[in-house]
Amino acid sequence: MTSETLVWLIPLPPLLAFFLIVVFTNRNKALSHWLALIAAGLSWAISMVIFGRAVRTEGLAEHPIAQAIPWLPTGTTSLNIGIQIDPLSAVTLFFVAITVLMIFIYSTGYHNYGQPAGQHDHKGLPPEGAEVEDAKGKLVKVPSIEPMYSRFFALISLFAFAMFLLVVTDNLLTLYVGWEIMGLCSYLLIGFWYAKESARKAMIKAFLTTRVGDVFMLLGLAALYTLTGTLNYQEILGNPDVLGQLAGALSPVLGLSWAALIGILIFIGTVGKSAQFPLHIWLPDAMEGPTPVSAMIHAATMVSAGVYLAIRFFPLLSVGWEPGAALTTPMMVMGVIGSFTALFAATIAVAQNDVKRVLAFSTISQLGYMIAALGVGAYAAAAFHLVTHAFFKALLFLGSGSIIHGMEHGIFHTHEHVDPQNMLNMGGLRKKMPITFWTFLIGGLALSGFPLITAGFWSKDEILSGAFKGGQMGVFITLALAALLTAFYTARQITLTFLGKPRSKAAEHAHESKWTMTAPLAILSVFAIGAGWAGIPEDFPGLGGLLPNWFEEFVGSMLHFEHAEAVHSLVPLITSLVVALGGLALGWVVYRGLQRPVDPLEKSLGGLHTVLKNKYYIDEFYQAAFIRPANWVANVFTYKILDQTVIDGILHGIARFGVWLGKGLRNVIDLPVVNGAGDNAARGTRGVGMYLRSQQSGRIQQYMVIAISLLVLAGLVIYFTVGMS
Amino acid sequence: MIPLSWYLIAAAALFCIGLFGVLSRKNAVSILMSIELMLNAVNINLVAFWHYHSQIQGVSQVAPQVFVAMVFIIAAAEVAVGLALIISAYKRRETSVVDEMTLLKG
Repeated sequence: MTSETLVWLIPLPPLLAFFLIVVFTNRNKALSHWLALIAAGLSWAISMVIFGRAVRTEGLAEHPIAQAIPWLPTGTTSLNIGIQIDPLSAVTLFFVAITVLMIFIYSTGYHNYGQPAGQHDHKGLPPEGAEVEDAKGKLVKVPSIEPMYSRFFALISLFAFAMFLLVVTDNLLTLYVGWEIMGLCSYLLIGFWYAKESARKAMIKAFLTTRVGDVFMLLGLAALYTLTGTLNYQEILGNPDVLGQLAGALSPVLGLSWAALIGILIFIGTVGKSAQFPLHIWLPDAMEGPTPVSAMIHAATMVSAGVYLAIRFFPLLSVGWEPGAALTTPMMVMGVIGSFTALFAATIAVAQNDVKRVLAFSTISQLGYMIAALGVGAYAAAAFHLVTHAFFKALLFLGSGSIIHGMEHGIFHTHEHVDPQNMLNMGGLRKKMPITFWTFLIGGLALSGFPLITAGFWSKDEILSGAFKGGQMGVFITLALAALLTAFYTARQITLTFLGKPRSKAAEHAHESKWTMTAPLAILSVFAIGAGWAGIPEDFPGLGGLLPNWFEEFVGSMLHFEHAEAVHSLVPLITSLVVALGGLALGWVVYRGLQRPVDPLEKSLGGLHTVLKNKYYIDEFYQAAFIRPANWVANVFTYKILDQTVIDGILHGIARFGVWLGKGLRNVIDLPVVNGAGDNAARGTRGVGMYLRSQQSGRIQQYMVIAISLLVLAGLVIYFTVGMS
Repeated sequence: MIPLSWYLIAAAALFCIGLFGVLSRKNAVSILMSIELMLNAVNINLVAFWHYHSQIQGVSQVAPQVFVAMVFIIAAAEVAVGLALIISAYKRRETSVVDEMTLLKG
């Protein structure tokens, strides 16, 4: 088949699986997960074929694999639906397909496929475990299968469809469709255990927060379509004339050019989707969902979509900029927000105790890295970090799910009541869960940028050197500090979880997860290391040039200007070495000997620790600044004043007038005229009847007297009238 | 020759007596008898008119006499039926007084 046809086919199997599961196989758990797995496998296989062909194509950036058909006719023109594989979508497709497949496989294990159904499990609550008799006839508690197993696979299949659609599409409209379907799936999956109130709150929070970004993004799309008449990538981004016109025309807002305004609007969409400050608040709460969801949607793919969009629109965001020149307004915005988010989220992650929440804040921080990289013009570095981050963050999240499963196993065994997600209750899991430990270690080292062997080092180093070479010292220092903190909290997480002595009985009896969960970990850890080798910079001392810097060449070809590699400096390299190793060492030293489940930083940092633990009180601030006023407006103004007083008042007034008018008409017309006529007619008839009744005596002689009297009378009348004439 | 009006006056008197009897008598049998009086008053009229009509025309027609005979026949039949009804009513209600038979009182 031609490449074009194959690309069309990539998103379809998961969509088909979604419908089949929902409509037909919902009752059958095995069939449902096989459908989802086969669909993900098919998409993965086609994606790999396409990726292979894309890599071998010369000049893919100028002549992407593309095809479009008219979709919605709009008068003389039409909105097209189409596919496009250029270097950026090819590498995105690569990591999306692999992580999706891995997470699908992992989900079967995570949701305890093959375990009995729990006696006390309810739909909408996490499975509580089933009691079964073991070989000796003793009752033991074992994990039980998720009650809504099929629904989970249906939803993540729909999600996978949307992600693939978003990656392979050639225009913003279809991208937006995929973007919103993912938002819906995210909402449904965060609230997958909908009987938990926290999950319900988190799902609403996530949906509404991303909506803020999406509305701005839609405005950007609308402006773009109005000005250019198209939403196709190539026609806008690949066309210097269009970009030049957009950059030259002045928009009515703040004296920005249209290019800057649209860029910023679209970037706000990214801020919402990729959880950048100030719309980052939904991502930590999204950890209420099942762990595979956290891994897939809230670490590896969906949040990457925001960065993908920003990278995709880099030509528009940076129009007029070239390496070494002054940054454009959107780039400055991205640089500031990205680097601030990177540092800000990293500081919060230091004080979190929930194993998944640490990773959530780390995700925010790393996404900030990518945005900051774009802000300083390190285009390929941002894309590179997007890919490596997807692998190691998926790995870390899946690993944390495995840890939680292990802890739950221990809790079933000991009947101890501890939070299986709190790292302070763990410790010493290294010997109980070796595969999880080693893979998690690889992921953690990649996240902290452990030199040379991990993928995270290469991508992070490239971002730092990009910032340094771009002369953006503020961004550089902020990112370096964030990298230090990243290494610190990663070391803290690994030390608290796996090293030292168990700090709870449950941790003593933790157990390695089964192969469906550990195999994806192993595969992803290969990529967490190997993905970095695709992008080793040419000028790296010693290693540079041993492998060609394939990634930068491939993805960098998307940009039309030549890369000016002017400054050669060891400063960024030394910085990234120091912060990575220093942070790791510091984290290990602080937490290695922890005996009791109390964080030593609590004492040394004092009030600052409380602030960090409470995430700078931003949730509380939003609560006070937006949610409570909104509630107030809704409750007091809209409901009590507007609705109850004004609108209800008008309605009640009209009703009261109607009642008054009706009463009046009743008294004047209905009662006397209509009723009177009817009643009196009846009453008269009745009266006549009563009178005549009294005459009806039943005495025949009386009748005859009357009859004869009348006869005589009639005779007289006739005689005197007729007879006279 | 006795003038026609005498017959008519006599017949009218007889009719009025009959009518008075019908209206005033209590006993159903008496009322029936009074009706016979009224019928016969009519018969006197008929016969009187026939007689005077024959005299004026000079021919005697039989039809009026048949008419009178019809009245007799019907009166006899009426009496037969009436008496039977009265007997039947008497058997049921132990009375032959019409004022006590007020079943149709409204």
